[in-house]
Amino acid sequence: MLSIKNLHAKIEDREILRGLDLEVKAGEIHAIMGPNGSGKSTLAHILAGREGYAVTNGSVTYLGKDLLTMPPEERAREGLFLAFQYPVEIPGVNNVYLLKAAYNAIRKHRGEEELDAVDFLALVRARMQLIEMDADMLSRAVNEGFSGGEKKRNEILQMLVLEPKLALLDETDSGLDIDALKVVAKGINKLRSPERAVLMITHYQRLLDYIAPDFVHVLAGGRILKSGDGNLALELERRGYDWILAEAAV
Amino acid sequence: MNAVSAAIRPYAEGFKSLEPVLTRSAPAWLTALRREAFARFANHGFPGEREEDWKYTSTRPLEKRGFVPSLIAPGTIDVDAIEPAFLREIPAHTLVFINGQHAPALDTAGSDIAGLRIASLGKALQQAADKLQAYFAPASAWSDDPFTALNTAFLRDGAVIEIDDGMRLEQPLQLIFLSTKQAQPGACHPRILVRLGRHAHATLLETYHGLEAAANLTNGYAQIHLGENAQLEHLRVQRESAQDFHVNRVRVTQQHGSRYVSHTLNLGGLWVRTDLNTRLEAPEAEAVFNGLYWTDQGRHVDNHTRIDHLAPRTRSDELYRGIIGGHSHAVFNGKVVVAKHAMKTDAAQINNNLLLSRQAEIDTKPELEIYADDVQCSHGASIGQLDEQALFYLRSRGLDPETARGLLIDAFAHAVLDRIATPALQTFARRQLAAVMGAS
Repeated sequence: MLSIKNLHAKIEDREILRGLDLEVKAGEIHAIMGPNGSGKSTLAHILAGREGYAVTNGSVTYLGKDLLTMPPEERAREGLFLAFQYPVEIPGVNNVYLLKAAYNAIRKHRGEEELDAVDFLALVRARMQLIEMDADMLSRAVNEGFSGGEKKRNEILQMLVLEPKLALLDETDSGLDIDALKVVAKGINKLRSPERAVLMITHYQRLLDYIAPDFVHVLAGGRILKSGDGNLALELERRGYDWILAEAAV
Repeated sequence: MNAVSAAIRPYAEGFKSLEPVLTRSAPAWLTALRREAFARFANHGFPGEREEDWKYTSTRPLEKRGFVPSLIAPGTIDVDAIEPAFLREIPAHTLVFINGQHAPALDTAGSDIAGLRIASLGKALQQAADKLQAYFAPASAWSDDPFTALNTAFLRDGAVIEIDDGMRLEQPLQLIFLSTKQAQPGACHPRILVRLGRHAHATLLETYHGLEAAANLTNGYAQIHLGENAQLEHLRVQRESAQDFHVNRVRVTQQHGSRYVSHTLNLGGLWVRTDLNTRLEAPEAEAVFNGLYWTDQGRHVDNHTRIDHLAPRTRSDELYRGIIGGHSHAVFNGKVVVAKHAMKTDAAQINNNLLLSRQAEIDTKPELEIYADDVQCSHGASIGQLDEQALFYLRSRGLDPETARGLLIDAFAHAVLDRIATPALQTFARRQLAAVMGAS
């Protein structure tokens, strides 16, 4: 589904990614962990199409297409979704309006008919229940005045409604208390299916207590230094990152 | 002939040719008023950029047009083309003017309501001019304003609206001013006289609408008086054609406990200057000024507002927002004056601007003059661009850049439109904005 080969990228003159390789297949859940400043969020942004990064080498193929030449909206319509680490507040734009516009943009791209307002609302309500979100969040402006936890939940709601093929979760667990974390994890597990893949970027192991990953990767210095299964995350929790950095330096 | 007199010449010739018609049935006081006003205009000429109030707006483009008086007889009019100017959301009492002249055939009359008198000024002047003399008696605070002088000199038509004490008008009143193509670009000078008695409530909508290829000057002047505890919601939608010029002055006086709520929407025209002033003359009077200017291409839109707090415990709240694109130029100058004895004044003013292109220009100048102690006053101005992070967020959800931009611009504008209290007027305003934004 997603194939990243030898990816090099920089912001201004600073090289952030230095030869990153990653293969994600349908049905898999991957976790990318790593110390601060290792390039985790840069990877998420580049995959979603944010401007300001220069890819200097390498390639990213998504569903057989060159992802890097696609504008952000095209990526979204092709089923890629980024849950933001810091969801943006957009005063004056209604939450459910954005959801519907996004949902219908994706359906239109697939050549499907737009869903009417009643059916759409029923769909959204069902998804909201799943992640225990208050109905009044729908009528509010996108993320405006939301608490940190509410913003993250809103990202998960969007993800559940848009049903992406590849979900990128950028530190979705940060700033969540344990109850909110469980709810968010429930939402992510709901999405799990043989046709979809999830790439979670996280700093801590605790999210992985609720979402069992198939693969865990350690990203540091702009490259994947080590890959393993769920046990690697546990080992990282115990031992930290230093031993991997030391191994890589050898 | 020097430059100044060249600019005045078309108006002088127009005045000379029109005067015999205007004076035919006019009382002596009116003829004297017109003559005196024209003399004042001729003496002063158009305002220069040295004048503080005209620092960022040059009248040169207007002078160069050499507008002649607009045609007397309106020709045939395309009813489909003028339809968007009408409030259709709810029944309204509507007077229609074509190039400044009342066109009764296009009016939609509301039901006859005791306590409301609404008529064209032209008719009112013919029937009982002397009854109107009081409106022109007080020395205008704008007697040195050339456009006001010009409006008075060519005083001929417009509207008179009088609402009796205690009258609560459910039905909105609408005045529609259409600018249509003429053989020569023409100037008209509608005058609007509004008087609300004590405890009277009303809603007034003015629509300035341009038809295809119109290239005229509409130089309007409205004087509005609110009696004790009177309330007026006043929406002005200015949406003239790409070559139209528009000058508009609104001067309000407010008595004890009255509430004046103004919404100004500048959505069209090539060169636009509006001045909105209110005088809070007695305690507890309140003014709310909302404005939205949307400019594109090479348009020029200048909004000047002034609120005089002249009595204790008066309140004002002002929010003007601008969306400025292309190589257009917008000006906002908002002045709040708190007189020495106007204790406990509460005044807030905000002006936000969204620049959509590198060539767009905004000059914003909030001014506070406070001569009283114990007041609460705030003002602020901002100039920004569309939020890149928000744009990316929307695009990452599948929205194309145009839709995403439109959504953000809309959200910015609707903060102003949300403040329109009458639902039908709010819907009307949204419709007008959507029409111009959709066409751009």
